[in-house]
Amino acid sequence: MNFILKRIKPLLTTTIILSFIGGIVFWGGFNWGLEATNNENFCISCHEMRDNVFEEYKETIHYTNRTGVRATCPDCHVPKDWYPKIIRKIQASREVYHKILGTIDTREKFEAERLHIATREWKRLKASDSLECRNCHNYESMDFVEQGQRAVAQHSVNLDKGKTCIDCHMGIAHQLPAGWEEGAKEAGLDRH
Amino acid sequence: MKTIFAMLLMVFASVLLAKESIKSLRGDHAIDEISVMPTVKKMAKDGDPIERNYVQQPPIIPHSIKGYRVNLKSNKCMSCHSWKNYKSSGATKISQTHFKGRDGKPMAKVSSRRYFCMQCHVPQANTKPLVDNTFKPLSSVSSED
Repeated sequence: MNFILKRIKPLLTTTIILSFIGGIVFWGGFNWGLEATNNENFCISCHEMRDNVFEEYKETIHYTNRTGVRATCPDCHVPKDWYPKIIRKIQASREVYHKILGTIDTREKFEAERLHIATREWKRLKASDSLECRNCHNYESMDFVEQGQRAVAQHSVNLDKGKTCIDCHMGIAHQLPAGWEEGAKEAGLDRH
Repeated sequence: MKTIFAMLLMVFASVLLAKESIKSLRGDHAIDEISVMPTVKKMAKDGDPIERNYVQQPPIIPHSIKGYRVNLKSNKCMSCHSWKNYKSSGATKISQTHFKGRDGKPMAKVSSRRYFCMQCHVPQANTKPLVDNTFKPLSSVSSED
């Protein structure tokens, strides 16, 4: 017995140490990869994103504003929690596929697909109760005294009625596509 | 000969006039001087409808329109002011006149010559008028209250 233990002890120690190091490397590497593909620089490294949606985005309040606090692409388009994030990341492999195919590699192709793309994003946000909006915009912290009267009229009534941000605030970070009203209907947005 | 003389006179007169009365858009500054940057005007964020200042004035916009897009694909104003949406949003509905085409025939949709709202309707900033005017509100031409 003692003899066997003596034989496998160094092996066991090496295995444990190697597993430990391997764990750090692989898990760390996985997370590093996840983060590296989860920032704006990565998103706009594709000209499809840089020349179309990002260019439009730069004019909006989520990019440029009084205080300089700003949102980046993944803040709105990738969930923050681990599990939903992984799901979204796996779904995003389709985007890589279409990047390779060149589905939207010209402005014309992009404009032709735009309603479809936007509608899918509206559906996603509607289904998650505008989760990515609410990561920063907290209804409980909204001060109706500070808001404009049009905002108060809508927020004080409609948010309690179960409406969600994207129902009204679509097209604020990117321009609305032609035929957007049909897309909004298809996504189940309750605009009024 | 007479016409040439007349034309020359006109050119001469217009040059003289231009020298005296026309001020360029950059103001009174000489071209080699550094011009003074005007202060940025803050648009009124929100408020109640504003009374019209003269007869036939297109109503002015009593709220900020920052980021509002009106183009071929979408018209942000219509998401509140259209006949379909004005009730639920509590906004003023667009006038019946906007549904008439250029030949005077009524249309089901907003006429394309009325589509670009900000051609006539403008938002407000609290500033002094650039020029004086003598425009009067409706009460000055109507005997009724």
